[in-house]
Amino acid sequence: MVNFEIPNFVPALPEIFVLTMACVILIFDLFIKDNDRIVTFVLAIGTLVGAMMLTISLSETGRVLTFNDMFVSDPMGNVLKVFIYLVTAVVFIYSRQYLKQRGLFKGEYFVLGLFGVLGMMVMVSAHSMLTLYMGLELLSLSLYAMVAFQRDSLSATEAAMKYFVLGALASGMLLYGMSMLYGVAGTLDIAGISAVVAQSPNNIILLLGLAFVVVGLAFKLGAVPFHMWVPDVYQGAPTPVTMYIGAAPKIAAFAMVMRLLVEGLGDLHGHWQTMLVVLAILSIVIGNVVAIAQTNLKRMLAYSTISHVGFILLGILAGTENGYSASMFYVVVYALTSMGAFGMIIVLSRAGFEADNIDDFKGLNERSPWLAAMMMILMFSMAGVPPTVGFYAKLSVLQSIVQVDLVWLAVTAVVFSVVGAFYYLRIIKTMYFDKPEDTAKIEAGMDMRIVISLNSLGMLALGIFPAALMQWCIVVM
Amino acid sequence: MESVIFYLFSAVLVASSLAVITVRNPVHAVLFLVLAFFTCAAIWLMMEAEFLAITLVLVYVGAVMVLFLFVVMMLDINISVLREGFVKNAYVGVPVALIVLLELIAVVGRKEFGLEQMPAPVRHAADYSNTKELGRVLYTDYVYAFELAAVVLVVAIIAAIILTMRRRPNTKVQNIGEQVAVRRDDRVRIVKMASEKKNDGSAT
Amino acid sequence: MIDALLTMWNQLPELLQTIILTVVKIVAIVVPIMLSVAYLTLAERKVIGYIQVRIGPNRVGPKGLLQPIADGLKLALKEIIIPTNANRILFILGPILTLGPALAAWAVIPFDEGMVLANVDAGLLYILAMTSMGVYGVIIAGWSSNSKYAFLGALRSSAQVVSYEIAMGFALVGVLMAAGSLNLQEIVLAQKGEWGIVNWFMLPLLPLFVVYFISGVAETNRAPFDVAEGESEIVAGFHVEYSGMTFAVFFLAEYANMILIAVLTSIMFMGGWLSPFEGIPVLGALFSWVPGIVWLLLKTAFFLFLFLWFRATFPRYRYDQIMRLGWKVFIPVTIVWIVVVGLFIMGQVGPWFD
Repeated sequence: MVNFEIPNFVPALPEIFVLTMACVILIFDLFIKDNDRIVTFVLAIGTLVGAMMLTISLSETGRVLTFNDMFVSDPMGNVLKVFIYLVTAVVFIYSRQYLKQRGLFKGEYFVLGLFGVLGMMVMVSAHSMLTLYMGLELLSLSLYAMVAFQRDSLSATEAAMKYFVLGALASGMLLYGMSMLYGVAGTLDIAGISAVVAQSPNNIILLLGLAFVVVGLAFKLGAVPFHMWVPDVYQGAPTPVTMYIGAAPKIAAFAMVMRLLVEGLGDLHGHWQTMLVVLAILSIVIGNVVAIAQTNLKRMLAYSTISHVGFILLGILAGTENGYSASMFYVVVYALTSMGAFGMIIVLSRAGFEADNIDDFKGLNERSPWLAAMMMILMFSMAGVPPTVGFYAKLSVLQSIVQVDLVWLAVTAVVFSVVGAFYYLRIIKTMYFDKPEDTAKIEAGMDMRIVISLNSLGMLALGIFPAALMQWCIVVM
Repeated sequence: MESVIFYLFSAVLVASSLAVITVRNPVHAVLFLVLAFFTCAAIWLMMEAEFLAITLVLVYVGAVMVLFLFVVMMLDINISVLREGFVKNAYVGVPVALIVLLELIAVVGRKEFGLEQMPAPVRHAADYSNTKELGRVLYTDYVYAFELAAVVLVVAIIAAIILTMRRRPNTKVQNIGEQVAVRRDDRVRIVKMASEKKNDGSAT
Repeated sequence: MIDALLTMWNQLPELLQTIILTVVKIVAIVVPIMLSVAYLTLAERKVIGYIQVRIGPNRVGPKGLLQPIADGLKLALKEIIIPTNANRILFILGPILTLGPALAAWAVIPFDEGMVLANVDAGLLYILAMTSMGVYGVIIAGWSSNSKYAFLGALRSSAQVVSYEIAMGFALVGVLMAAGSLNLQEIVLAQKGEWGIVNWFMLPLLPLFVVYFISGVAETNRAPFDVAEGESEIVAGFHVEYSGMTFAVFFLAEYANMILIAVLTSIMFMGGWLSPFEGIPVLGALFSWVPGIVWLLLKTAFFLFLFLWFRATFPRYRYDQIMRLGWKVFIPVTIVWIVVVGLFIMGQVGPWFD
């Protein structure tokens, strides 16, 4: 008989729970009528809450490896997972009304969303290139399908097509790089690779593999010059899907970069730092400059995503624990903020009308001063204006690169953030100083108003008291 | 003997792979791809990986490529239109491809992956079963990744179904149950009426 | 004389020896198959004839026994017509690609204990791979003929074969779970036991057995699943443009495939060469002298008769019905039964899994 030790399932309980619930919801959804679809929605939220409780209850254990070292449960992973659940749950809440108005309120949206969450969890907990890649594919596959979800919309189909083709290309790059790493290291295990890298840091094949891996990661993150898909997908996809893509997957992508580059190839830091510097600078410059020219809010937010990705890379390339925690703080804050910004588009939309042009925000102050104020907080946070949390996030990232003597990089980043602030402030100007063109009543329900208010005020509160979240990010590194 | 067979299969593999991208007719290209898969399976067999070899034939040749061929046969692709931009782009594309190739050869050349670095694997005894070994690691060491692969496939199925299963406007669907359930009374109505009087004999 | 031959044999290089031996074995398998195919056609016409209260062929030779020879001769003498604008190479390749896999699959069939050309460990997978290759011949023939009926036939056939292959594969998964091996010889031996016929996988795997056999009928494009040929709709489907020997090769392949499916069904579900009376007090001893291959042939003949019986009995399925049966009935049934088999094995349900 085979010598086989039954793996310890406990660390993977959240994953198992989410998978089981996703399947249960999928089947359950078959048997309910369209009018009762709300049950699916409640179950999906319940799944996320349950997973959150499971993850929190496991957080005491510290770092545990299981499944033949393919799965790791560690503090960083747990914190990231908790934010993934949180962000996804809020995205689901935002989406409900929008989907209902457009006849898209189907169980599959939530099921695919949950499978995407599972993919992200797997990525966050990956301790082998194999599982990392599997999680990534699970996430990507769910995202492709969600983008194409609105089958009668041409732009969504086009966006899905572009996303799929470029995503497949990126996966190919990543896999190619991974196969080179495997060829040298002879193992898929992240710790094993790290050991091999420590022995022969100048192996040229390792470096070639690293280059491909970085290209693949940059594709997935949407960093310049591999950003072409981001604006089209953000604009073309239905807004709730855009919100989904823009928020939680960024957290998972951060985890992927951490696992691969920092844990696996940490000893090649000198090499990947240069690559990331180029990516970060280009992303910040091009993201901020091109965003100015946009008239469509979703497209503008896409370019702003690109520039934010640049900032996330800045923290990582610093290569210090400070940098990593700053980056982690940034990615969590970014996910929460961008969710709010897309949420605002949904709040202002109604059946047959998308509020995704900047002009649709004209005179929002006259129509609803409260929502305008909320949007202002979100835009301030994106631009990095104190006292919102966006300021603190940018500050800590910049601090970390100044600490490693990359002052010129910090200066460039600051200059272009100022350029970037222009287009965020333009929206605020549109809301407060322009005459409203669209005078229809805002139809958003009470639940959405509450959630978006909490979301925005949360950004403000975190900005005033950032210490708790920051402390978390520091402790887990 | 074995190396003769190996080189024979390798030559066929390389030739058919080249043919895949050079032949004009897409159906021929697909058929060459099938040949490439088949010879590849044969080479795997020689490496004692009989399970993988047979699965390659079963899955790729037997199912995936059939559907591929299915689609390609029904497409009416005009190759000359597809190739129009070829020369124009070749000025950029060919040098880039060559540079990448040279770089790759420089890095991943014989120095790194030559016969000394990568010696031939040890021959196994006659009772060695590749299938059993694969099954053993797949369901023990790699069970997590294996289950994940299953989940990925489930998501692919769900995605395929939600993207294709929808009511298109303007399609006519036959409801067979309804057709079978039709009774005479639904279709025929017998009307009682007084018999008409004949005209006065003269049929006009 | 024999001594002289033996010394000559021993002087041959080893490589040549194996090659000659293998070729002899292949011939010993292929020639009987070809003969069986010929007489299967006669049997088909006779059986269907009697079912339809006719006599069937009875003119050539005593009782019509030479009819297949006459048919073969006729086909061999006919002109091979290659349609204009047909793709010549593929047009010729089509029938060959159909027949090749049909015969290649026989390499792993055990006729009796140890009586097998290649005792491959992954024999079952090999069979699946080979039978799934056969569809290429049909597709290529249909496409290269440059005729719309042939093309329609090819499309129908390939969709059908690919769909039913899944159900077939799942049925085989059940078999390999029950036997614990992919080796056909071991699958038969796993059905050996003190209860004779009861020990065969036919009983614990009954749904899989039925699904497998019906899928086999569909895979060979036989009635009632013969929409690929559908002579009343698309003339003769994929081989409408073929004549003479090329047509004969298609014919051979179809019947060789039928025999293959029949043999496989007997091996996997009906105990292969095992006697049904093994272990039964009186009968067991009474029939113990019968060689295993006879049992296998009897079982095969029974399944072949079923093929003919089906053809004479059932009307042709409509295309969407075929797809529904394959995807919505067979695949779920097999998946459920695989779980059931798993439970059987866990519970060590006797006399099969204890």
